[in-house]
Amino acid sequence: MAHEEKKLKLYSNWGSSCSFRIRIALNLKGLEYQYIPVNLLKGEQFTPEFQKLNPIGYVPVLVDDEIIVSDSLAIFMYLEEKYPQHPLLPSDLQKKAINFQAANIVCSSIQPLQNLAVLKYIEEKVSPDEKIPWVKFHIEKGFEALEKLLKGHAGRYATGDEVFMADLFLAPQIYVGIKRFDVDMAKFPLLSRLNEAYSELPQFQNAMPENQPDAPSA
Amino acid sequence: MAAKDGREVSSKLVLYSFWQSSCAWRVRFALNLKGLSYEYKAVDLTKGEQFTPEFEKLNPLHFVPVLVDGDIVVSDSFAILMYLEEKYPQRALLPADPQRKALNLQAASIVSSSIQPLHMMSILKYLEEKIGPQERFLFGQTNIEKGFFALEKLLKDLAGKYATGDEVSMADVFIAPQIAISAERFKIDMSTFPILSRIYDSQKALREFIAASPEKQPDAVN
Repeated sequence: MAHEEKKLKLYSNWGSSCSFRIRIALNLKGLEYQYIPVNLLKGEQFTPEFQKLNPIGYVPVLVDDEIIVSDSLAIFMYLEEKYPQHPLLPSDLQKKAINFQAANIVCSSIQPLQNLAVLKYIEEKVSPDEKIPWVKFHIEKGFEALEKLLKGHAGRYATGDEVFMADLFLAPQIYVGIKRFDVDMAKFPLLSRLNEAYSELPQFQNAMPENQPDAPSA
Repeated sequence: MAAKDGREVSSKLVLYSFWQSSCAWRVRFALNLKGLSYEYKAVDLTKGEQFTPEFEKLNPLHFVPVLVDGDIVVSDSFAILMYLEEKYPQRALLPADPQRKALNLQAASIVSSSIQPLHMMSILKYLEEKIGPQERFLFGQTNIEKGFFALEKLLKDLAGKYATGDEVSMADVFIAPQIAISAERFKIDMSTFPILSRIYDSQKALREFIAASPEKQPDAVN
């Protein structure tokens, strides 16, 4: 039987929270895709093949026939427009804006300050002891802001009773906060509750790092 | 409603802004491009006005810009720009073509996630306190250059007069203020970035960009 090639390809790394966001989106929209692992520790993002797809060397990258999209925000918007089933943005403009803001708090105020390059810099130039306080400070600052932002809007999920963009960006960030940096989630009751709700959704669970083909075996 | 010259007059648009904020610059630039007039409300970040209870209600992260449009309050330049793009579709900043649109969003993301956060005042201040002004400068410079290299690669095939072609788009809205505020401040050798240099020449000549620039704002100080 001929192997049916899946139209959508996702270049992903198991541990990348940016990739995690898109895996959730694909699952929620019921989109099948071919998972192509990129081993960041081995520098596979710098191979000529991968550089042709994304000269900047980041994951995730989505390939949809001739279209190549990099950057989780750009990929998210592409999927939302091309595959409108299970919409991940509310139609109400205020609620939609809150989703963009929450997503951007994660993308711009938290995640860039906890990535490997920055942490290495803090460790080397400031001190190894400063690394964890630095990360925790920025994660907690972002989480505090998210608690305030979502307070008037959250329902079962971040901005109501349906899963939207904010949830896709929040879930991986909360996961990293807990697993990698031991953030005390007791300070963040709303985010804790949301995290509980995500743990009950198979589309989120299947997207988790440890469930990816390239996750290191225990 | 339209004014006599065809520009949409939106007396209900209010922008909370600080003259030197590059994020606010992006929004001011976009508002000008879309022909939208607005009330300018200055938030003096040097005096801590972003921490007042009134402002916190508008934006719990204490950042500018914030846009108020009637009942709707939008914070975060990216969220504001997406809101404007949908509510006021004239002079569209995102191309209809999916590949081009994606590239614009990716360029915006590189600026707002990979470059700007790493040279925010609060970060630089921390570095200066911990490891000194020299390192602080180098950190800013290194990250800006890294981001500019990424943009050069990204825009290689599509750049024309502007970032992704011959019309101004979302990528320009993010890139132009970033170059304007950081190239000089961090002594970036722009000749290393021929595409960015070329498009910046076009961007900085736009009256909409000039009118949005820090020194032209009501709260600018010498």
